[in-house]
Amino acid sequence: MDEAQRLVELIPRLRRYARALVGDRASADDLVQDTLERAWTKLHLYRRGTDLRAWLFTVMHNVHVNRVRAARLNDPLGDEMPELAQRGTQADALLVRDLDRAIARLPADQRAVLLLVTLEEMSYDEVARTLGIPIGTVMSRLSRAREKLRAMMLGQAPAAKLKVVK
Amino acid sequence: MSELPVSETELQAYADGRLTPARLAAVEAWLAARPEEAERIAAYRRLAQEVRGAYDSMLSEPVPARLRHAAARRLPWRRLAAVLAWVALGVAVGAPAGWYAKRERTVAQAAPDSTMLARRAAVAHAVYSPEVRHPVEVGADDEQHLVTWLSKRLGAKVRAPKLDEVGMSLVGGRLLPGDSGPVALFMYQSQNGRRLTLYLRTEASRNRETAFRYARENNVGVFYWIDREMGYALASADLSKDELLRLANLVYKQLEGG
Repeated sequence: MDEAQRLVELIPRLRRYARALVGDRASADDLVQDTLERAWTKLHLYRRGTDLRAWLFTVMHNVHVNRVRAARLNDPLGDEMPELAQRGTQADALLVRDLDRAIARLPADQRAVLLLVTLEEMSYDEVARTLGIPIGTVMSRLSRAREKLRAMMLGQAPAAKLKVVK
Repeated sequence: MSELPVSETELQAYADGRLTPARLAAVEAWLAARPEEAERIAAYRRLAQEVRGAYDSMLSEPVPARLRHAAARRLPWRRLAAVLAWVALGVAVGAPAGWYAKRERTVAQAAPDSTMLARRAAVAHAVYSPEVRHPVEVGADDEQHLVTWLSKRLGAKVRAPKLDEVGMSLVGGRLLPGDSGPVALFMYQSQNGRRLTLYLRTEASRNRETAFRYARENNVGVFYWIDREMGYALASADLSKDELLRLANLVYKQLEGG
């Protein structure tokens, strides 16, 4: 099987990750399209025989980071999470909507780690390579993302912020 | 209880079901002694399942055409290295020549013989242009063979026009059954995945010439004309009528006189 074919076969996974990462379907598909187009222009950097999936997710990560950065520059009011405002309207079930919102409220770098581990079931090593960060950073972001998500889904602030004053 | 300390990393790995068997018992024992921590890790596991449950439906959804096209563009993967300078469609080609008959006909209004030409070309376009894996039988990387083969089967000299200057690159071609014999189909694709097909058949009466005619069949626009021994139909569902006309002009100029 050649790469072009495998690329096509990976589209559903790219869409799933993108959907969770950016929140709505149309933006997710825009991200996937930009990723595929970027992949074509960067293909000479891909080494045959290595993991095409990891390579593609790296491309998608870079495209996403650039888009978020551009959105921030174009939006003088946007502070830390410019993509937040577009999210959360299209989900079907209540749980999915809550989960979607909670994921949207995670800091972007923690969200990426959580989704690569949970949705893509990448090994921690693969996540580190895909995002270009040390494995220790992967683990700490994963830990923080999960704790925040748990707290949000319980309807309370993250444990770290609950410094109860007695 | 004497045990190696359990790290947060190990707890995360445990939540993901990735802990090495050697440490599994120790971590489980550690958690058994700490109900709050056990509850926290159990919650992580539930959340992971919920996250998968929330988005896994994306895996079975049909992939939108624009993404399939984006993934399949410039089909032979290797050709990527040779990145061409693409010129925006239509910029490089001049205004249409005056010989274009401005009447826009529907397929039904056109003469019966060329009706079939336009209709067949539209159907061939509709059938083959959405193909991701097998859009053509012979790819553009073997163009010489493609052209020789099709010329032989049609019994007439067939050429694939060069449309790279307007951003359409040859994907390849295939042989099709026509109303009275073999027919050739060339497929082109733009950088952003828009496709164009050129349908060629031989004409029984070798002395006829027609103006350009335009027809729409469902969503497929077709410019078609007969030039002595060959009938041509240029079809696309992705291009506007004006874009298609410019391309028809270009094809006509390249192919006239065989």
